[in-house]
Amino acid sequence: MSTNGIDADNDLRTAKMSSTADYVTMIVDNQLFGVPVLEVHDVFVPSKLAHVPMAPPEVAGVLNLRGRIVTAIDLRLRLGYAPRDPGVQAMAVVIEYHGEPYSLLVDAVGEVLSLEETSFERNPSNLDPKIRDVSEGIFRLDEKLMVVLQLDKVIQLLNGAMAA
Amino acid sequence: MDDLLSEFLTETNESLDVVDVELVRFEKDPTDKAVLDNIFRLVHTVKGTCGFLGLPRLESVAHASENVLGKFRDGELKVSTEAVSLILKSIDAIKTILAELEANECEPEGNDKELIDRLNEIASGKAAAVAAPAKVEEKKPAKGKKAPVKEDASNTFADGERKIEPVLGRDLLPGEVSMEDLEAAFNAAPGPDEDTSSATVAKSVPAVEETLGEHDDHVEDHEPAARVNAKTAKSKSDGANKNSDTSIANQSVRVTVDLLEDLMTMVSELVLTRNQLMQIVRDQDDSKFKVPLQRLNLVTTELQEGVMKTRMQPIGNAWQKLPRIVRDLSHELGKKIELKMIGAETELDRQVLELIKDPLTHMIRNSADHGLEKPDKRLASGKNELGTIKLNAYHEGGHVIIQISDDGAGLNIDRIKQKAISSGLATEAELEEMSDLQIGNFIFKAGFSTAEQITSVSGRGVGMDVVRTNIEKIGGTVDVRSTAGKGSVFTVKIPLTLAIVSALIVESYGERFAIPQISVIELVRASQNSEHKIEQLKSSPVLRLRDQLLPLVYLNDVLRMNRKAPIISDDAANQNEMMTGQAAKDDFVVVTQVGAFRFGIVVERVFDTEEIVVKPVAPILRHISVFSGNTILGDGSVIMILDPNGIANMYGNVAVDQEETKVEVAAVDGKDQKVSLLIFRAGDNTPKAVPLSLVARLEELDCSCLERSNGRDVIQYRGQLMPLVRVADNYPLKTEGRQQMLVFADETRTMGLAVDEIVDIVEDVLKIELTSETAGLVGTAVIAGHATEVIDVSHYLVVAFPDWFEESRKTRMKAARRILLIDDSPFFRNMLAPVLGTAGYKVTAVENAEQALALRDQGLLFDAIVSDIEMPGISGFELASMIKADDRWGDTPIVAISSHGTEDDFERGRAVGFSDYVVKMDRGALLRSLTETLSVYGEAV
Repeated sequence: MSTNGIDADNDLRTAKMSSTADYVTMIVDNQLFGVPVLEVHDVFVPSKLAHVPMAPPEVAGVLNLRGRIVTAIDLRLRLGYAPRDPGVQAMAVVIEYHGEPYSLLVDAVGEVLSLEETSFERNPSNLDPKIRDVSEGIFRLDEKLMVVLQLDKVIQLLNGAMAA
Repeated sequence: MDDLLSEFLTETNESLDVVDVELVRFEKDPTDKAVLDNIFRLVHTVKGTCGFLGLPRLESVAHASENVLGKFRDGELKVSTEAVSLILKSIDAIKTILAELEANECEPEGNDKELIDRLNEIASGKAAAVAAPAKVEEKKPAKGKKAPVKEDASNTFADGERKIEPVLGRDLLPGEVSMEDLEAAFNAAPGPDEDTSSATVAKSVPAVEETLGEHDDHVEDHEPAARVNAKTAKSKSDGANKNSDTSIANQSVRVTVDLLEDLMTMVSELVLTRNQLMQIVRDQDDSKFKVPLQRLNLVTTELQEGVMKTRMQPIGNAWQKLPRIVRDLSHELGKKIELKMIGAETELDRQVLELIKDPLTHMIRNSADHGLEKPDKRLASGKNELGTIKLNAYHEGGHVIIQISDDGAGLNIDRIKQKAISSGLATEAELEEMSDLQIGNFIFKAGFSTAEQITSVSGRGVGMDVVRTNIEKIGGTVDVRSTAGKGSVFTVKIPLTLAIVSALIVESYGERFAIPQISVIELVRASQNSEHKIEQLKSSPVLRLRDQLLPLVYLNDVLRMNRKAPIISDDAANQNEMMTGQAAKDDFVVVTQVGAFRFGIVVERVFDTEEIVVKPVAPILRHISVFSGNTILGDGSVIMILDPNGIANMYGNVAVDQEETKVEVAAVDGKDQKVSLLIFRAGDNTPKAVPLSLVARLEELDCSCLERSNGRDVIQYRGQLMPLVRVADNYPLKTEGRQQMLVFADETRTMGLAVDEIVDIVEDVLKIELTSETAGLVGTAVIAGHATEVIDVSHYLVVAFPDWFEESRKTRMKAARRILLIDDSPFFRNMLAPVLGTAGYKVTAVENAEQALALRDQGLLFDAIVSDIEMPGISGFELASMIKADDRWGDTPIVAISSHGTEDDFERGRAVGFSDYVVKMDRGALLRSLTETLSVYGEAV
């Protein structure tokens, strides 16, 4: 994955614009997703994920992160992508919601991008509903489009679905 | 908030709680001077401190009630209910103001003139009484301090006058303030640590003076007190306390709950780390860490226990408000209620304590309102006018059991039924099929109240369901047993602590889980060729455990784990092996108890028990009821903690029903009992049934094993020849394939009954609609909606062993005579009850003498008693003597049944009052004997 182009491009824009925000980028099935950098507590390689029977399918399990029990949500399943092939190592991005730690399982974690607001726009109307539910909007990068995730929605909707 | 103010609020609230309790005690025994002294002191302290802090409204209320109390103490006023009520009211008013104060840090607007006026009225002659100088001669409060100087203060305490002020060494002058008042003010003031300058003290004294002055208490001479600087005053009180309450208070330190919580969390983490270290060292044979680790282990355990102890509080703390509540209720409801509290010293975790406070209060209210009857009604039903609510707490195996019992009317099952129907919780048909116990448990359903009138106390349709939810939230259970006319007993079972539990680690389907040790009764290893073998009844797995069938659930079924494989798995190969090898391998059965229900959880492996720190699961997983939390094990992996409650609820009906049937058999009337029936087919298409409890095993044998000997079909079964009988003579046995059979067993003999197919196991009322003359059939009953032939096992036993019963069935009785059957063996109970039932008797079966005597106490009458001789506890001989010695059942004939039939036994039996003595197996003789006995006695009575 080469992001050099983005970076260079980004530096250029930062110079021009002041209103930027930093995002941690994540890749799920070749699609780029972004989460505000301040929301991310940790990024690590998950091991020993304990499966939770009867949990919603999106919940991949629970794991121990330095003495804290973190609930792992598989973004692939959460966003309606095909499950990861067995044996492929996922990456975990730790976030917090209402004081509870959650980790989002993604295919890979990219670097932190400073993006300016001018390249941001609302969700296109034909966006897949599964993604629209959790997307704040889209950043137009040069080579790719990045979906900004609304973390509360990622977790909340899971809750709502269960309550119903 | 101001430190001073918050300290004041805490202390005052505590004092007021004590006052509540003490007042109720006082009302009961107005002569108890010590109690009154204590109340007076507390109220007085509150008043004093309020004045000092500039809280006029609070102070005036406290002052007015203090006046009344003072009159009580001086004997000028007789203690009356109204007066006490009024004082309680003023305490409430103080509490309300305090609550406001806590919220807004200032006194609420308004005044309590009305209340104060009434208090003053009671204090008779209002202003005069208020200003009475006598009251300043404060009796020495129990809290009072001995001065280290000169005077031996204990004298002061000992003499009744208590007029000598120790500091002054002389009598107090009228209007003079005693040392205690100043002490109280000092105590409320910032302590010497914060400010030792005498300037503060000097400043505070005028404040006190001013306050007291307002109430005609003239501080004429505060010099001696003022001279004492804060430090000495403090040390005096430290050194010289007599009263045990205060000395304990002085030895204890107030710390915030948060600090304790933090400590607890840290200790929990320490325990985890310790476990982790232990795990590592365990794998190394001789590590030099072993010894220090041993020590660490020990210290950690002690530390853990110590910290746990800091969180432990006597349950009495949660009960403090109850006497007051009951007192108020008894006035409000016009009932006479006595509250007995047993086991107030039982300790439990304060977190748990907090959580059960409200449910307990509610249950007490409930007992007072719904449970106890009005005095006239009680008298009419021959009870003491004074109703009793008993609160009993004790420890039992890692749990605290709290029982709330009342001697009231018991649950009104009919009304609960109506209510259940009207609120759509159950249909009439469903209710028909339920036991009283199940119906009783409807009161825990949301929106259920049977109080006919909505009182301010209860009947608002919220309540017991909330109680149950709250108790279940902390891993507890609640259930109710009720006897009409005798009262109800609510039993609450809660864990001692929530933080650290000992758990059994098990594995199913390649995943590990923790089962809290408290709900585990035993572990049974089950394999195909051992004694404990998991058997299938249709699709329901069961295990024969001692004398009972234990319903089983496979953990992987419960967790629906055969559908979805974990996404990330360290040992995928292992998983596959699990999938294929599941049936053939040995299984472990974790015998679990939830409430009164027992069931087995089948797992594949069992590891150690570990102390685990329970952590709540993430909110998005909280809806999964089979988990109560999760934890990190010693090896760092996260596992889920199973909630046996949740599992029982999923598979509950099986387990619940079975257990309840057992209870029911033991309980009261013999009619309409539900029994588990095994439904099968044999010979024709008509379903046939037999009480499940009679069936020892279900077997399936290869037909090649069938042999014939002496004109009978036999098979070699467990080293014995077992006769195999058929349902009817013309029903052919299979010649090839496998033959299914029901095995009936007595102590030494077994018999197989060949059947075509096991259909089902159902719970139903066994009510024979059509009796049958056909040999081998008791009759036809409607079971699960089908006409079903109920087979007569005894007939087949005779076919198999002609000597099993020598006589066949005899004539039937005309009128339904009531027979009480006492036998400790379920086999005989279950066999004899239908036999007697079919012979036209109405049978009530109980399993021991105690239960029989309990029925006597309930006033039930029987025409005859059939009792076993060899029983645990009270033997048949003893029971007979006891029955004969009492008028109630003295005239009821008793027939003994026993497996031993020696001449000596017969003699002994007659001697203690048995009318007849029959050998257990001799059914004919028993029926004959009953006919004869009843005809003799029938005439006589």
